[in-house]
Amino acid sequence: MHDATDRRILRHLLADPDAPNSDLAQRAGVTQASLWRRLDRMRATGIIAAIQGRIDWRALGYEVQVSLRFTLDKTDPRAFDDFIAAAREVPEVLEIQTFLGSVDLRLSVIARDMAHWQQIYRDRILRLPHVSDSDALMLVSTIKDSVELAL
Amino acid sequence: MSDLDPTDLAILRILASDATTSAARIGRAVGIGQPAAWRRIRKLTDQGILAGRRVVVDNTALGFGVTVFLGVRLATKGRTSLEDFERAVTAIPEVQIVQHVLGQFDYRLRVTARDISDFERILRRRIMTLPGVGQVEANVMLSEERRPGPLGAPD
Repeated sequence: MHDATDRRILRHLLADPDAPNSDLAQRAGVTQASLWRRLDRMRATGIIAAIQGRIDWRALGYEVQVSLRFTLDKTDPRAFDDFIAAAREVPEVLEIQTFLGSVDLRLSVIARDMAHWQQIYRDRILRLPHVSDSDALMLVSTIKDSVELAL
Repeated sequence: MSDLDPTDLAILRILASDATTSAARIGRAVGIGQPAAWRRIRKLTDQGILAGRRVVVDNTALGFGVTVFLGVRLATKGRTSLEDFERAVTAIPEVQIVQHVLGQFDYRLRVTARDISDFERILRRRIMTLPGVGQVEANVMLSEERRPGPLGAPD
């Protein structure tokens, strides 16, 4: 499905996703034509699932980011489905993850400021169904944010 | 809030799902011409709202089947211990995300590994040996969904 050259291209692409294709080809040691062909194939096979635009929410006025962790009441078999369906209805939710561990679910939520956060928390988060416990981690700063893999 | 109109938000929604969409196609989708679409994309980029690309790969197909979120509490606090910890943890290649947080933990990390035994190796040899590390909580990710975020009608 993919070979050492593909992995080399991916390593450089993940390290610097905004690099022009000419630079990427040079760093990976392939011709631009070959780079195009390989990127196309990796997109077709789903190795590269998407190339998305990154939105800087802070530049849009969202100063607050909170990592909310939930434990659900699992006596109800619909707990996960109901919770996730309700969380999708909250526009400020950016990420939904499920886990095996002491935490069942995590939401990444943004707000413009603390007053806005309090409003989202009271009106939307506290109304999410089947929650038995939750805690919040308030983001202070992001030290590293990469999608690189040890390829 | 910056001066975005519904057309800008529609452009952001399109580019957030596929950054490779051409200005011509975006223009057609939102009902404006290609030069106008290009100008708006340029402005969103200059304002820092469109901040580059994120490549989403199939980690499992590439041999990285395990993603773990870690909560780390430092045993000792203070400016130098934070700096030492941050310098060491960002150097670990398997650690993708490092965030300083307030709450039950001091840091949250996202770690990718080939499998559970690979994760155990990273945890024991790299994470538990970090300077100042105290309590560590690990949760293995089962599924992940990214949402478009608040890009609906402006308020």
